[in-house]
Amino acid sequence: MKFGTGQSTPRVEDARLLTGQGRYTDDMARPGMLYGTTLRSPHAHAAISSIDISAALEVPGVVAVYTHADIAGYGPIPCLVPLSGEVKTPRTLLAGDRVRFVGDGVAFVVAETREAARAGAEAIWVEYEELPAVASIAAAIAPDAPKIWPQAASNSLFDWQVGNPDAVAEALAKAAHVTRLRIIQNRVAPTSMEVRAALGEFDAEAGFTLTTGSQGVASMRRELSKVILKVPEDQVRIITHDVGGGFGMKSFIYPEYALVLHAARQLGKPVKWTGERSDAFQTDTHGRAMESEAALALDAEGRILALKVETWSDLGAYQAQFGPAIQTMAGGRIMGGVYRIPAIQNLVHGVVTNTTPVDAYRGAGRPESAYIMERLIEAAAREIGLGVDEIRAKNLLTPAELPHANGLGLTFDIGNFPAVLERAKQVADWAGFPARKAAAAARGKRLGRGMAYYVEIAGGGGTEEHADVKVAADGRIEMAVGTQSNGQGHETAYGQVLAARLGVPLEQIRIVQGDTARMEVGGGTGGSRSMAFGGGAVLQCADDMIARGTALAEADLGGDVDYGDGLFKARGSNATLSWAELASRHPGALDGRSRYTTKESKPAPTFPNGCHIAEVELDPDTGVIAVTRYALVDDFGVLVNPMLVEGQIHGGIAQGLGQAVLENIVYDDAGQLLTGSFMDYGIPRADQMPPAVTFETLNTPSPTNPLGVKGCGEAGTIGAMPSVINAIIDALDGKQVEMPATPEKLWRLANAA
Amino acid sequence: MQIKLSINGQAHDVDVPAASLLVEVLRDTLALTGTHIGCDTSQCGACNVLVDGVAVKSCTMLAAQAEGAAITTIEGLGSPEALHPMQQAFREAHGLQCGFCTPGMVMAGLEIVRKHGTRLTPELVTHELEGNLCRCTGYLNIVKAIVAGAAGMEAANA
Repeated sequence: MKFGTGQSTPRVEDARLLTGQGRYTDDMARPGMLYGTTLRSPHAHAAISSIDISAALEVPGVVAVYTHADIAGYGPIPCLVPLSGEVKTPRTLLAGDRVRFVGDGVAFVVAETREAARAGAEAIWVEYEELPAVASIAAAIAPDAPKIWPQAASNSLFDWQVGNPDAVAEALAKAAHVTRLRIIQNRVAPTSMEVRAALGEFDAEAGFTLTTGSQGVASMRRELSKVILKVPEDQVRIITHDVGGGFGMKSFIYPEYALVLHAARQLGKPVKWTGERSDAFQTDTHGRAMESEAALALDAEGRILALKVETWSDLGAYQAQFGPAIQTMAGGRIMGGVYRIPAIQNLVHGVVTNTTPVDAYRGAGRPESAYIMERLIEAAAREIGLGVDEIRAKNLLTPAELPHANGLGLTFDIGNFPAVLERAKQVADWAGFPARKAAAAARGKRLGRGMAYYVEIAGGGGTEEHADVKVAADGRIEMAVGTQSNGQGHETAYGQVLAARLGVPLEQIRIVQGDTARMEVGGGTGGSRSMAFGGGAVLQCADDMIARGTALAEADLGGDVDYGDGLFKARGSNATLSWAELASRHPGALDGRSRYTTKESKPAPTFPNGCHIAEVELDPDTGVIAVTRYALVDDFGVLVNPMLVEGQIHGGIAQGLGQAVLENIVYDDAGQLLTGSFMDYGIPRADQMPPAVTFETLNTPSPTNPLGVKGCGEAGTIGAMPSVINAIIDALDGKQVEMPATPEKLWRLANAA
Repeated sequence: MQIKLSINGQAHDVDVPAASLLVEVLRDTLALTGTHIGCDTSQCGACNVLVDGVAVKSCTMLAAQAEGAAITTIEGLGSPEALHPMQQAFREAHGLQCGFCTPGMVMAGLEIVRKHGTRLTPELVTHELEGNLCRCTGYLNIVKAIVAGAAGMEAANA
């Protein structure tokens, strides 16, 4: 059976994942393997006076205990963002003289069993001298706040600004109407169902091998080898098998990844660390965590004149690998979306607090920017008496205005935003809302409707992508790529791209990922970039294969050869050669590496965009809400596998909805994490989803990549946060509410005088 | 302590600490790693197995308590070449993404069929999935898969 692109081909991954044959990191076992566990700080901010490990070493089964003194020779986990400024916030593998958040690692215990490792950790005695902590943005920027990094002038480490402040100030002063909102975007936990784990191995000749669930092995190896372990890259191999969800969070190096390697080298045995859910809540990078003051200036007819946003972005205790980039380089330039806005100013302050470091989480800055703009525009519509659809239609860029430079460094290339908006209204049965609202009112419920028009910048990373192919003598094709599926289904999607280009069955193809020994280059998965860049590499590799095969076949068949349907055909005779025949005649000659992008030739990003419409029914007696209808229309460019795209949309909406109504990481004033388990931190369950999601696309192919794709992995989350909250605000007749909109908050608002 | 377990029709004698949880013995002692651990607090259902046909979170049960029972793990349903109708339905409905919660979801689907038969509605399945967490799919396709999987089980038995 042949499969092409554009078809909802069932996934090749599923047979193994459905039968227990998946291989996640903790599934790995090795003979003689030891188990590691991390002793974590119970304090948000404290000086370490002393650590006594003697009792731990007496615990039966404990093999070794490492503290900072043992691993001080390794480098800290690097912050890779240039704007982190003058003040460095190095996060060493284990805390030295100071801990800076609850969960900061203090000691690493290695034992023959998991239980012995835990018992050993409990037997360690650490003397702490508690220091005053700053557990919120407000506390961190207060005058005379205790400083987390003494060498810094304050806890606000950097300011970043784009746009035209003078023009914005002038427009705000003159505008007929200015809408102002203070907007909080709650701190959330990415919460992959598979908690992080790492298996470290060491061989005197081959060096280190780390097995862990990552979002790309190549970039992780670069930093781990050069910066942390301080060995040549070829002395480190990283392997990623199946990954149980990542959402940005698994892009990064965590201390345990180096600690298992250190222990494996010291002890001469494999060492595995598997986090528990409480480790995940404390130490997986968190997302969002910001507060903004936003103002939208409009003329008397509701045309936008200017947008001003000032954000305090909570970075956590250490500037994480990409942490300072999220609200700035990653998401700060898309502020204002695809509206016609003559002047924009976006100012971001990066603030450290005694909390878990904050980094990329599904959308990484793009949802945050869209959330601010979409809250503002609906508030403005309400204030000046326009429909939320009308104000958007009035201000959305039209196709005739594209390409459009947004004044913040981005140029929107292609799309038909007004048409997407109109189609979304039809799909959502916009006209039927008043009747549904009346019916809900008759049942004592308040129905609200919210809209969001989002645009994402996708594939912005410039790292090069290669594809490397091997053709076996039986004709089977194995292609290695430099991105990493975390559940998206890349083996299927890349396989479809390759199968379609070559005209061979998908069953003949195997896509390989996650091993630096097979593919040492690649930017991994993030920013919805895999299909745009990785797909380009796959196509290039397919074309190069056909060229090599054609040359070999022409030599063998003695004349011109055409390729089609998986066969090299001699022109003028009926002689043919298959991939299997060519590969067995010329072993290795069909194999090769193709390079799609290079460091020098960064392709332009893509701009997936779309319109979400949510309807939410609020029970004023209980404050409980139900999302009763959800519809969206997206422009994703070309779809490789519509079924996989829809799956990304469903999951993305669930995460956006979760942030909007359920999820919240809470610290008390002392910096204690109050939401450290699924008993305190709610992620959506099945009955919290809308009963159905009506999803359509209205696509304009992206001109920036040969497949014409735009990327869809983050879009659902970006649209869901504002559309759901806007619907709730509508149900409250315009009363503003911050995320998470819990029943208690909503009951109070619904029943306030 | 010595425990005799019957798992997927096979007898196993294991020597494990008395406090060992069933999920720990399945994964660490017997290398049946299809059963997953997703939380420390019995909330996520990734560790669901069938004990005498009833779905149980195997992190809530001591291995010793399972002695004498017939245990079915995800490895004991279908094979990649011949999926169980419930597994097949998850594949066809795109009811899984990262696959980590999936074994527990398949077991939850079988439990719903045990309790309610093979003719299910999306509303019922949505309600019955209260004990299982998924972070990738948004559940809609899982619900669809379980409804279809139940119908597939009826067809297979017809």
